[in-house]
Amino acid sequence: MMTRISELDLIQLQSQLKGVGLYLKTGPFSYRIRSSVPAIAEGLHLLYGDSAFYPQMDFVDFDIRLDAPSRLRRYFRPKLDFYFDHQTPFKPLPLTQAYAFLEWGMNWCISVHMNQYLKLHAAVLEKNGRALVMPAAPGSGKSTLCAALMLRGWRLLSDEHALISLDDNKLIPVCRPISLKNRSIKVISQFDSSAVFGPLCEDTHKGNVVHMKPDEQSVALDHQPVTPGWLVFPKYIPGADTRLTERIKETAFLKAGDQSFNYSLLGAEGFEVMSRLIEACDCYNFSYSNLDEAVETFDKLSETAA
Amino acid sequence: MTERTYELLEVLRRPELLKTLSLPEWGRLIPQARHALLLGRLHALVLQHGLVDVLPEQPLNHTLSAYLASQKQRTTTAWEVRKLSDALQSLGLPLVLLKGSAYIQSGLSVAEGRLLSDIDILVPKEKLSTVENTLHSRGWRSSKGDAYDERYYREWMHEIPPLRHITRGSFLDVHHTILPPTAKYKPDPVKIMADIREVAPGVYTLSPVDMVIHSATHLFHEGDFDHGLRDILDLHGLLNHFGENEPGFWHRLVPRAVELDLVHPLYYALHYCRLILNTDIPAAVLEQSRKGRPNPLMSGVMDGLFMRALRPDHPSCEQPLTGVARWLLYVRSHYLRMPLYLLIPHLTRKAWKRRVADKTEQTGPAQANVPEPRARANRWRFWAR
Repeated sequence: MMTRISELDLIQLQSQLKGVGLYLKTGPFSYRIRSSVPAIAEGLHLLYGDSAFYPQMDFVDFDIRLDAPSRLRRYFRPKLDFYFDHQTPFKPLPLTQAYAFLEWGMNWCISVHMNQYLKLHAAVLEKNGRALVMPAAPGSGKSTLCAALMLRGWRLLSDEHALISLDDNKLIPVCRPISLKNRSIKVISQFDSSAVFGPLCEDTHKGNVVHMKPDEQSVALDHQPVTPGWLVFPKYIPGADTRLTERIKETAFLKAGDQSFNYSLLGAEGFEVMSRLIEACDCYNFSYSNLDEAVETFDKLSETAA
Repeated sequence: MTERTYELLEVLRRPELLKTLSLPEWGRLIPQARHALLLGRLHALVLQHGLVDVLPEQPLNHTLSAYLASQKQRTTTAWEVRKLSDALQSLGLPLVLLKGSAYIQSGLSVAEGRLLSDIDILVPKEKLSTVENTLHSRGWRSSKGDAYDERYYREWMHEIPPLRHITRGSFLDVHHTILPPTAKYKPDPVKIMADIREVAPGVYTLSPVDMVIHSATHLFHEGDFDHGLRDILDLHGLLNHFGENEPGFWHRLVPRAVELDLVHPLYYALHYCRLILNTDIPAAVLEQSRKGRPNPLMSGVMDGLFMRALRPDHPSCEQPLTGVARWLLYVRSHYLRMPLYLLIPHLTRKAWKRRVADKTEQTGPAQANVPEPRARANRWRFWAR
């Protein structure tokens, strides 16, 4: 019987993180996380409770550690370093941003190192067996929309990475917490009081950041790929009406390419996979300001799934 | 510990060992190879030995990912080479490629899966300012702003400050000789230019012996051993390839190094290739190269230093004093580059600047939800995107 991380209490999780580390599997990737920072333990405990607990793993993709660079830094203006395989690829961040640092670093591990998929910077959800892929630049309201849809029963595949299989074009889930920033934090907590949030990190280079827990169902299905269905480019515009308009595939291709981490790296194969993805999807532009209406629109769209 | 600790060196020597690795051993091999910038090379070995379907998928995803990045770089490099060759041809000059881009253009197997951080080219010193002007008008701009750096390069170095293309973002190092003019050894760049080989219309590389000698000189004068193992593997690959395919290669190697006043670095190269990677070098050549050997005391000290520094830069490969060895070699490289009265002020200034730079970390916007990189991010990442 699988043990879940939620079956550990906070103290046990903390000692795990301080000792051999917490082994975590999310989608196709595995991490070993070590840290003596309390906020890291609290955040993981709150947000990854439904993930399986592994006492050990034979191979991990990413071995990471978050700790103060020196003893002095624990007390004097405390800062943290992110160690990936003993190297520190990032500028240190204040202790108060620890949890966001962990999640961002985990994103980076995938963005920079893994090219066995075509990767888009996009939120991915599923309903009626089809995937909704929403590539978007930061600030376009992608994560807010993603959080709202998940809270209304859509299955979350990822808030950050659309991983597209080079073999069969399916969307590979990598179900992790959703990152919410600034005003959207309040918007989502008012939208649904059942939303579970991790530690709030204030004044980061992205403003205030908090991570929201994925629902149990999404985590449980984290190994099941999904056939592509819709490619939607969302845009939050204050005061705007809810509008879903079809978009011609040629420009959808270019725009999606623009939001890709490795489209050009994959060369001809990247082009092939992107073409097949666009071919398989109905493409839309979507602008919104009201979340309830937005969810309603996507629920209707999901009924078009073949 | 009874576990094998130096997987990377072992599999580089004997790739057939890849089949025998357990998952925990892969778990140590992958980070070692990543640090040494050898993940892509490792994948090339996997491909050469037809092992893709035999080996576990999880670690292979890492080697494959790096290999794909290197393939992308090859495409980018081919384009850059074309642009550079256009620029130099407009001046009636040959494009002479050095190091990584030369290996790619020559179709050498050492280039398979290898990542480059920049393109290095060699131009005659008297043409330097014409070349710079032409490159400038075609979008290559100096990427070091500061007047001190500018002067440091101009007065003491064998290359001009690194250039970066304003739209394509690629890096270019323009050399006018292969060692700083202040260095102890004085190779004559004219002799090297006289022996270049055309590999494509208007595109040249150094001759095979000069390519090996240059690679050796570069490695053993370099202060930064982060990629030392990668560089020694290049040498190993070059020696194997030319030894087999280039008639008269072994015969000419040492005499040419003597002629260029570079027999010392060549000695080190041959010596350490053999020690570290069991490179097959004719005994007569090794014997000849011993004229570049330092005195026995020095030679023992150097073995202690290099054998540490040339291991993968990863804690799992560290021996006692590895850090000290790297530091001593860093100091040595500068000592070889310039006399002490120039060196001490230079290093002091560098150390000071590093401290100041650490204090003025800047924050700027980032694209996706990732942390901000340190300033010293790997150059190749810009390329591989």
